[in-house]
Amino acid sequence: MSASTVAFAPPGPGTPSQAHDPYRLGRGSGSEDESTGHGAGGPSPKSIVVGFGFWIFILADIITFSTLFAAYGVLKDATAGGPTGAELFDRGSAALETTCLLLSSVACGLAMVALRMRSRFWFQFAMLATAVLGASFLSLEAREFAGLVSQGAGPGRSAFLSAFFTLVGCHGVHVTIGLLWLLTMMAQVAAKGFRADIVRRTTCWSLFWHALDIVWVGVFTVVYLMGLSA
Amino acid sequence: MSGVWTGDQTGEASLRINGDVGDRVGDFLRYGRRIAVSSVLVAILSGCSLRVLDPAGPVGMAQRTILLNALAIMLCIVVPTMLATLAFVWWFRPGNARAERRPDWSFSGRIEIVTWSVPLMTIAFLGGIAWIGSHELDPANPLPGEKKTLEIQVVSLDWKWLFLYPEQKVASLNQLVLPVGTPVHFRLTSASVWNAFFVPQLGSMIYAMNGMATQLNLRADREGSFLGLSAHLSGDGFAEMHFETRAVSEAAFAEWLKGAQASKQAIDTAAYETLSHQTLDNPARTFRLADDDLFAKIVGQAIPPGPGPATGQPDPSVKPTSTISKQGT
Amino acid sequence: MLGKLSLAAIPLDQPIPLAAGALVGVVLLCILGWIVLAGHLPYVWREWITSVDHKRIGIMYVIFALVMLLRGFTDAMMMRSQQALAFDAPGYLPPEHYNQIFSAHGTIMIFFVAMPFMIGLMNFVLPLQLGVRDVAFPTLNSVSFWLTCTGALLVNMSLVIGEFQRTGWLPYPPLSEITYSPGVGVDYWLWALSISGVGTLMTGVNFVTTILKMRAPGMSYLRMPMFCWTALATNLLIVAAFPILTAVSAMLILDRYLGFQFFTDTAGGNSMLFMSLIWAWGHPEVYILILPAFGIFSEVVSTFSGKPLFGYRSMVLATMAICMLAFMVWLHHFFTMGAGADVNGVFGIMSMVIAVPTGVKIFNWLFTMYGGSVRMSAAMLWSIGFMLTFVIGGMTGVLLAIPPVDFVMHNSTFLVAHFHNVIIGGVLFGAFAGYTYWFPKAFGFRLHEGWGKAAFWCWQIGFWLAFGPLYVTGLDGMTRRLQHYDVAEWRPWLLVALLGAITILAGIACQVVQLVVSIRHRDALRDMTGDPWDGRSLEWSTASPPPTFNFAVLPDVHGEEPYWSVKERARGQHTLPAAPHYEAIEVPHNSPTGFVCAFFATLIGFAMIWHIWWMAITGLVGAYATFVVFAWRDRTEDEIPAARVAEIDAANRRARNEALREMEYAS
Repeated sequence: MSASTVAFAPPGPGTPSQAHDPYRLGRGSGSEDESTGHGAGGPSPKSIVVGFGFWIFILADIITFSTLFAAYGVLKDATAGGPTGAELFDRGSAALETTCLLLSSVACGLAMVALRMRSRFWFQFAMLATAVLGASFLSLEAREFAGLVSQGAGPGRSAFLSAFFTLVGCHGVHVTIGLLWLLTMMAQVAAKGFRADIVRRTTCWSLFWHALDIVWVGVFTVVYLMGLSA
Repeated sequence: MSGVWTGDQTGEASLRINGDVGDRVGDFLRYGRRIAVSSVLVAILSGCSLRVLDPAGPVGMAQRTILLNALAIMLCIVVPTMLATLAFVWWFRPGNARAERRPDWSFSGRIEIVTWSVPLMTIAFLGGIAWIGSHELDPANPLPGEKKTLEIQVVSLDWKWLFLYPEQKVASLNQLVLPVGTPVHFRLTSASVWNAFFVPQLGSMIYAMNGMATQLNLRADREGSFLGLSAHLSGDGFAEMHFETRAVSEAAFAEWLKGAQASKQAIDTAAYETLSHQTLDNPARTFRLADDDLFAKIVGQAIPPGPGPATGQPDPSVKPTSTISKQGT
Repeated sequence: MLGKLSLAAIPLDQPIPLAAGALVGVVLLCILGWIVLAGHLPYVWREWITSVDHKRIGIMYVIFALVMLLRGFTDAMMMRSQQALAFDAPGYLPPEHYNQIFSAHGTIMIFFVAMPFMIGLMNFVLPLQLGVRDVAFPTLNSVSFWLTCTGALLVNMSLVIGEFQRTGWLPYPPLSEITYSPGVGVDYWLWALSISGVGTLMTGVNFVTTILKMRAPGMSYLRMPMFCWTALATNLLIVAAFPILTAVSAMLILDRYLGFQFFTDTAGGNSMLFMSLIWAWGHPEVYILILPAFGIFSEVVSTFSGKPLFGYRSMVLATMAICMLAFMVWLHHFFTMGAGADVNGVFGIMSMVIAVPTGVKIFNWLFTMYGGSVRMSAAMLWSIGFMLTFVIGGMTGVLLAIPPVDFVMHNSTFLVAHFHNVIIGGVLFGAFAGYTYWFPKAFGFRLHEGWGKAAFWCWQIGFWLAFGPLYVTGLDGMTRRLQHYDVAEWRPWLLVALLGAITILAGIACQVVQLVVSIRHRDALRDMTGDPWDGRSLEWSTASPPPTFNFAVLPDVHGEEPYWSVKERARGQHTLPAAPHYEAIEVPHNSPTGFVCAFFATLIGFAMIWHIWWMAITGLVGAYATFVVFAWRDRTEDEIPAARVAEIDAANRRARNEALREMEYAS
């Protein structure tokens, strides 16, 4: 049997057939257009697709953090005779870190406003402010970590400390990556202006930066507030 | 009803215990359906003496019952499905003029109800078995018996098994000796990596893990020598992690204890630490147990976990190579 | 300078891996040499390595999976022959080598055969079935593929440089901790899987976005072909599960490299945590593999029965139910940990519940055939073989889900037989069905049917010969992963199992021959119309192989089986409609980003495994620079002019018109 006969072999006894566009699949009489559901109007524009895809990625990233939160929840009392969170954490330092990060998110929001208004100066200014606040957050965190290690409360001391350093450190690594990305976007806007793909990319970065804020709120609550009150 | 399977040869005691453990499962099954197929199955399967299907104790017996019943119930659906597949393929072959073609037929509410409800009901039924079974056969459940429960502490090491009898103050390496008919309560831990303690003919296995103690209750109802092994990979010497389980008469057990208590070798913390190094080719031997708290020390990590390979590089000296020879049980 | 790496890392004392590694190296060099000498390098670079076309990437995924299947199967043959020999004897593989082999076998078969095979088929088919021109993120797609290659490369490197892990396919602590596994084997696994895992996650993000946001006009959710639904479920599972693998690998890496205490069982560490986390990824992984196979069977059974899929909405519901339940059953992998009766009972029941939607699927395929005209082509044969094999695997799975039964079956060869029953009988048969089914779409000619059927019978018979005996030895108390044993009763069964493996080898040989024969006789097997099987979904409405842009004009979808209904109309009307108005089409510009990025990822992985810190930093900087260069480029798309589109389309229209004529002439 040749391929061509297979291609149009009759499927069975008489089925209704209409004269209509077999190959092109073009829209027909209109009367039979029963399309329902979402996203059925053809492929979405690129700006939507990119933003949506990045949201999915952020959800995946939040699952990574959830895993670390789960590990922390399991191990938070496994101090193996070593120091507990209540003994180690400094409320003031954590509050300062939180302030830096939340303010950086405000600055990030302003940068997005500037982006929408296509104002290069205010965009760069707000991005720089975000970067400075993010960097201060990181340096505060690094100081906290160094202090802990110098007290002999490094990550190898107990499973609790391993989980603490990993959870908080993972957030720190994300902020570092975010910072690198931020600087790259500043450079790109400076070099190429507000090109469509650069705008999309910057929007994704801002989603990322805000997501890190949300994660930090979780970290601050679960690790610091609950640790100190325990 | 002493379990569905009355064809076992493990004697009165086991039947009674089997009744205890298996009765609720059995009752549950009776509500479900007649299991005619299963008696055929057991006839076939008991023909060969596969260890899991030829248990020597009540736990294994109850597990065999559940296994075969569940299998029979599922076969009632699986076999017709397979036959229907073959039948449809054959009947609806392109050349069959007698087959009625319905090229547009793709929905039938009635059939949908059947396709959902048949598996749903089966699983609801099997789920009941699973729920009751996992409660009745929880490894931590003590077993009934007229005799006093024997305590045995099990330690898995690289790569051998150490059995401690704290009340009798003896210990045994790579050989587990049990008196027939006496319920045994095991507490298990590991000197280093995970292992799973498993004597197929007695029933349930359970993990042995460092820094933790798990529990298991078993009983042997007939004399014999049974295969015991580790069912969890524990490194290069894993294949050597087997031991002989000897279920012996009361008198023979007392005899064995006497011999072990008179043993020249004693096991205490120091001897145990030596033992915790990675070794192979450990023939069965017995010790006096010189330290009552040995097991507690291992579980509490008062004795640190076994040291693992001697050096940190993947050079041949840390690898047991083909020099591992087979060694009989 | 070179960290832990020294000449001692090359296992000169072990001829088998060295020879195997050398062989692979020589073959690779030969292929590379041929490409360069024959002047194909520019073509391969331009059209394949830097391609961001989903069809090309899909084909590369499948080729990659087939090659890795050979590697994984070699391991399987070694295991079966070792166990056949090692009764009362040490056999020919020492334990530290045998343990590497079964660990590599599992890792390769799951991560570098089953997953890339399915991802490759999804890559190729999804946009075609959805009626669009590409996936949502074409360049990211290429990055995903090349990162998967990095993972496989690292695993294969371990043959000749150092060792692979010896802890089984998953690195269970504390055995995998630095104390008990001081070598680099576990590190190879961790870095290979972390890197390829990132690639897989990107694939998941990409496909979820594609399915949810990129569909032809009129293609509502409930009009998507079944394969798209199962692909959606699979990719949702990837997005939700792979981050857990990444996180748990990271924790083990920290334990091994920086002395953290997550799973050490000392200083408060908890190895049971690893078990829970790894299976919170691992069990969904099982459904990541099997769901696309279910989709393939749905397509194949429906096409070759000449009928729409029976109970489409039920199938959608069942697919999504499996997707949800996948996350609620992980504990059944360690019933024997002593968690307690309530916990075991709940997870036992949850595991069984998955059999309900799966059973529904089987019944629906059954009724899809009912009333149809069942054509027994090779693709259909794989599907029928699947239905007959998989029900047994499902049944033994439900047995294992009953906690008290698992107490005597856990880690036994019964378990090994069970999961091979569902993975070979389900995933692999599905992959082969899909490979046979879509091959003509990808290359424009069909695979040779006779050799395909021979391969099927060898696989089917070989499977039962190889794993039937393992069910029996499992019931006889045999545990898995034994390098040698001295239980005489197991021996005959293991000899039969070896025979089964040899039969499967014959099946693989048939598949190689099939490929060669098909290529040599491609003109006789040519598919001119683009619709060789009388298909029902949109991929058959375009040419074989499809043009770069897939569809000259985006299809407009009416109803659940868009192409079928349209074909029906053409048959009634005896003619194709007038050619549409063509417009210029923009396609994404090729990019070496994926390849270059994977090169640096390989550097990072290798450097981290061997503690060569400067190289790791170089790799990181390089990978970052690659993305910056990509972001800086000005040309992102190529335009195909309308005239060219019309020209390409006209050729396919001619063939279809001829087919229509021929059909009318015949009737």
